This record gives sequence, C-alpha cells and structure tokens, in this order.
Amino acid sequence: MSVPHALLALLSEGPKYGLRLQNEFESRTGEVWPLNVGQVYTTLQRLERDGLVETDGEAERSQKRYRITSAGGHELANWLRTPPDLVPPPRDELVIKVLVALEVPGTDVHEILQVHRRHVIEIMQRYTQVKAAAGEDDLALALVADAELFRLEAIVRWLDAADVRLKQQPSVAAAAVVDLPRELTRKMEVSQ
Amino acid sequence: MTRALELRQVSKIYGSGPTEVHALREIELSVERGELVAVMGPSGSGKSTLLTIAGSLEAATSGQVLVDGVDLATVSRSDQAQMRRRSIGYVFQDFNLLPGLTAVENVSLPLELDGVHGKAARATGQKALEKLDVADRAHRYPDELSGGERQRVAIARAIVGERGLLLADEPTGALDSVNGEAVMRLLRAAMQRGVAGVVVTHEAHLASWADRVVFLRDGHVVDQTVAPPGPESLLASGDRH
Repeated sequence: MSVPHALLALLSEGPKYGLRLQNEFESRTGEVWPLNVGQVYTTLQRLERDGLVETDGEAERSQKRYRITSAGGHELANWLRTPPDLVPPPRDELVIKVLVALEVPGTDVHEILQVHRRHVIEIMQRYTQVKAAAGEDDLALALVADAELFRLEAIVRWLDAADVRLKQQPSVAAAAVVDLPRELTRKMEVSQ
Repeated sequence: MTRALELRQVSKIYGSGPTEVHALREIELSVERGELVAVMGPSGSGKSTLLTIAGSLEAATSGQVLVDGVDLATVSRSDQAQMRRRSIGYVFQDFNLLPGLTAVENVSLPLELDGVHGKAARATGQKALEKLDVADRAHRYPDELSGGERQRVAIARAIVGERGLLLADEPTGALDSVNGEAVMRLLRAAMQRGVAGVVVTHEAHLASWADRVVFLRDGHVVDQTVAPPGPESLLASGDRH
C-alpha cells in the first residue's frame, strides 16, 4: 500500500487536515490497514517538500490544511496507471521451506504442506469473519478483504498443486530440487 | 446436547479383492447445531463419499452414522427415507431442480412427498423462498431463473420445513466468486437459525466461511482448523505496509 498516493487521492477531493486524512484512510481501506497520525504527518511533510501538496502557511501541523498541487495530481494519475511489480524473484519463503523439506531425511513433505495449508486457511477464516461482520454493502472492506483472500487462496492452490505433483513423481521431485531455484531465477531474469 | 451429525469410525470400501478401493477410512466427525463445517481435499480424497454417507444416500461399510442422535443403521429403510426428507437437506453443484416444476413447487416437493397437504406445503415453500430473497420468482420455471437464483431456490428446498442438517456438495457450482460468496452467506444465515451444515468445496475462499475446515486425504481426516481467534487479531498485527 502506498500511503503517499492514498493521501494524494484523499486530497484530490479537496483540502483536508491531517487528522481527517488519517480517519478517512482507515475507514476507506476497511480499517484493515491501521495508520498512525505520526505517519500521516511525516508523509505529508515529504509530499510538501516534493511539491506534491501545499499548505496555507506556518501554523502548527495539526492546524495545517493540506491541498494537492497540479504536480501532485499528475503524480497520482501516473501512479494509478503504473502496474505494480508482479514479478518478484522466486525466493518465496514458503517455496523455499518446501524445497528444503524435500531434502531433509525422514520429513513427510505432505505433512509440511498441510501445516501451511491449515495456517493459511485459518487466516482466511479471520478475513472472512471481518467481511461477514461488516455486511454486504461495505464496498471498501469487501475489496480489501477480497484482495487478501485471493492472495492467500493462491498460496493454498500452490500447496494443493505441490501435493499432487509430489504424489505423482516423488523421486523426480527430490532429485530436481537443488538447481531449481537458481535455474528459475535465471529464466525470469532473461524474460524481463 | 445431541449433535446434528456424528460419524464414528466410518469406513467405505468399494469393490473387493484386487479392485478394492478404500474411499473412507475410520472417519470421526461431529457437527453441532448451528455449526458450518467445510470439507476440503484433493480429487479422490473421499469428500463426496463422506457427504453421501452422512446423508444416508449410501451406506457405510462399517462404523456408525448418527443424525440427530439416531443411528441410521438401526432404522428401517422407509424410516431412513423419511429422515432424509424431514431432517436432511441437500444442495448440489448443478442445482438439481426439476425443470417441469416452478420454483415454489420444487421447494415444496419434499414436504408433499412427506404427506403435507399441497396448499400448506406451498405456503411453507413460499416462506423458504422469502428467506432467500427469491419469493418474487416463486412461479418461474428453473430455465427462467439466473444461475444465482436457481441456487437460492435449491438452498430454499434444502432448508424447507424443520430440517436440521444441510449437506452441500460444491454448492456454488459455476457461479462467479461474488455470487458464490452470496451462497455462503445464505448458508451461514441458515446456521444462525440452528441448522448444522457440511459443505464440500475445493475453493479455500468459500471454505473460509465455515466455522471449521476439515481436511481429507486418501479417505482419512488428516487435519482440521482450530477456532479462529476473531477478526480483531488481524488489526492487532499492526501496520505491515
């Protein structure tokens, strides 16, 4: 979550004080992402330094009303259209744990997969509780909770796929483990 | 308190000799009234078999199945059939609505089969449709309903009357994720009225609506979630961004 751009978005509706920005940030992200007021003022200070927001004058920080500048408007428009980095290097901690588990003698990798599957689904149950308690008309919360739920579900799907692959070819999986991450990293770098 | 459903050491074997398949192995599972349990597991893990045995649609090879405290093996076939109609509701992936009957006729059919007079059965069916917000579709035929509406009618049929146990096999079928979620909300609402539910699903975001998720593998219950600590625990983890 980019706090500076979220604040720019809130200011694009009109000038606001720091405390109001904090409240609006939390309510519009379904209160799933807490943000303390110190972070808000630090971020506003940086945005002001970079010419993306401006204030009326030299008042106390809690008395200052912040406005978005035209440079801030351009920055926000660009940010909305810039795709986030969706191609991180394949050094996911969970993937590494499972790859390592394949090499540890006496380890039941299916059991390791299940430990992580249960843990992820328990977190999903908590997000779903948040969504269920909020009702169907809380759009911001539903969108934030869905984003987390589908991200977590992708992990469960990977664990499920790993389970099936291991069952189909346990010996091949064990033999291939050593060079796989390095090879995959190299291929990803070439494709970028 | 009597549990809505209890499976004790339930095993199911199909075939015999070299073609023998152990679909379920010594399953222990209890579901309380008001509780929603999701069953997850890979293809062939025994999920659907567990559901059909829990609903007495087929018999276990060994072990006991108790619905509302009654051991299904100790009652006659006709009493089993009556229990299926009165106590157990089913929701299937492909809805299984009868195309020649309207929504309200589909919903009231199990009551009529159980001897309830047509008019009274349809009034009860209409109430079940109201609970699921599809009362205005009561006189439409299944092919005149959207996928989401058809599934609501199917759930209404599953909870009509005084049924205490709802069994659902991939109940969100081919619905998109938002309509699938709406189905899970409806199932949860039924649980809040005291119905017990078992839902088989392969989708984790749908399973996460359950109070408890049970994991099957090769016919065994290998694991289950523990009661979630509550949504506030997510907020307490602080700012991670």
